[in-house]
Amino acid sequence: MNSRIATIASNTFREAVRDRVLYNLIAFAVLLSGAAILVGQISIDIEKLVVINLGLTAVSLFGVVIAIFVGIGLVSKEIEKRTLYTVLSRPVRRWEFIVGKFFGLAGTLVVNAFFMAIGVFAALLYVAHKFQKPDGWVLVALYFIILQFLIICSLALLFSSFSSPLLSAVFAFSLFVIGTFSEDLRNFAGMATGLTKWLATAVAYLIPNFSALNVISSVAHGQPVSGQLIVYNTLYALLYATMALCGAILIFQRRNLK
Amino acid sequence: MNRSRQVTIVASVLLITCLAGSAFLLSLMDRLRTGATLEDVLFVSSPKAVKRMSLGYDGLLADIYWTRAVQYFGGRHVERASHFRLLAPLLAITTTLDPHLVVAYQFGANFLSPAPPNGAGMPDKAIELVEYGIRNNPDDWKLYYELGFIYYIDTKNYGRAADAFARGSKVPNAHPFLKVMAAQMAQHAGDTQMARALWTTTYQSSQDKQIRGNAIAHLRAIQVEEDVTALEELVGQYGQKTGQLPRSMSDLVAAGLLRAIPVDPTGRPYKLTPQGRVEVQVPDDILFIEKGAPPGYKPPEPKNLENLAK
Repeated sequence: MNSRIATIASNTFREAVRDRVLYNLIAFAVLLSGAAILVGQISIDIEKLVVINLGLTAVSLFGVVIAIFVGIGLVSKEIEKRTLYTVLSRPVRRWEFIVGKFFGLAGTLVVNAFFMAIGVFAALLYVAHKFQKPDGWVLVALYFIILQFLIICSLALLFSSFSSPLLSAVFAFSLFVIGTFSEDLRNFAGMATGLTKWLATAVAYLIPNFSALNVISSVAHGQPVSGQLIVYNTLYALLYATMALCGAILIFQRRNLK
Repeated sequence: MNRSRQVTIVASVLLITCLAGSAFLLSLMDRLRTGATLEDVLFVSSPKAVKRMSLGYDGLLADIYWTRAVQYFGGRHVERASHFRLLAPLLAITTTLDPHLVVAYQFGANFLSPAPPNGAGMPDKAIELVEYGIRNNPDDWKLYYELGFIYYIDTKNYGRAADAFARGSKVPNAHPFLKVMAAQMAQHAGDTQMARALWTTTYQSSQDKQIRGNAIAHLRAIQVEEDVTALEELVGQYGQKTGQLPRSMSDLVAAGLLRAIPVDPTGRPYKLTPQGRVEVQVPDDILFIEKGAPPGYKPPEPKNLENLAK
């Protein structure tokens, strides 16, 4: 990574921290510790399951919300405050600005997820008293969640590069919801005929596939995740994020900032 | 006191007062609309629709629905309700959201199968639930055991029970007792030995204190049933020998029919009524008894079963 991208990324990270984005960790800690203590008293035999399911769902949802709401403002806020002109008047290319912003936001989310992961494992230790071998799959689920963040960050940046913050949020969130149904959409495409089939297939392959990145439920039961899926998901997330980032760069390159 | 401090104090006092006032009003409204606030409602009854709405976070939602099912059953059970309308749909949603949540099949079937007030009295739904669980978790022997248990205890279908135990005994790492139960079912179907074996396995295969306590309570009830049957037989023999009923257990000891005064599982001596019936002294302390309680006896609400497991 060149130094200009690294500088923009670190400034984006610092800005997010200054904006108190990491305060969500407090809500997360309260949620998880509350669940760990309470569930044993109001349910039967699912303390460990709840800690994993709730912990990983919270890591995912908190991260998605941060990725969308911080991501959509990354470009528009700089234009609004006119700080973008100061940045671009220096020897910084527009694509470097977009890539730097992406890494800054992704870094914020990784740090956030790291602290939450510590919380999940601490709560797990509290309810189960010891770690077991299958608990290691929780790390794979966390890795998939981070891959999910990369895709959402890139999409938020893509929408932010040509649209208003409000519309960007709507687009990004809609795509997140549709992405969770991507497998259903592919099934639907398989059942359709003619033009509908082509359209549905095209849409199914264009939208991000978040369902394959969600293994929370299976790791909660200690079920293993295949190495092949890990490789495919990694490649898929990198390709998709790069694709969306390229789109953002192409649009931002041509955008009239006057 | 400066102006800013005054504002802080007034605002703080107002905040606390308004909070307390709103909480008080809410409690008044709850009392006014008890039916409305406490009514059990299932807003979305389709398990598939709930799964779609979970946006992939179905594991957490399954945990929430399972907790809801436990709370619903517990609440209705405490009220000694005669119907559990939402129990089966809640369990169906739970297991559709997470088909690998074995605990929901095991305990859910235990909630559904027994007759009210101990359960919902829906053994067919319980069998359906466990069969669905087996289809999704074919290698979990506990589900076959649960199925055999329902067939044996609640529907008295011993053939089906034997079949369920036999299927379960073929699963890798199955409890060795399943094979024994499958084999013995044909010979001993319907006798208390079989029921004792089933409850013993339930006790041994669960770590949950409530479940273990429930198993102990049933084992104690079986013990009382066997004791009372045997003792009443002795009372009959005494009557045939002497032409009159014994006045107390001591008469049976004196006649050489008993070695000592028999005691129930709580350690209290059994008592003999003038009509020759054998009864426990404090039936409230031995749950689920069918024999050994006074005529017309109504059992109390089972409480603190987990204390028995300690």
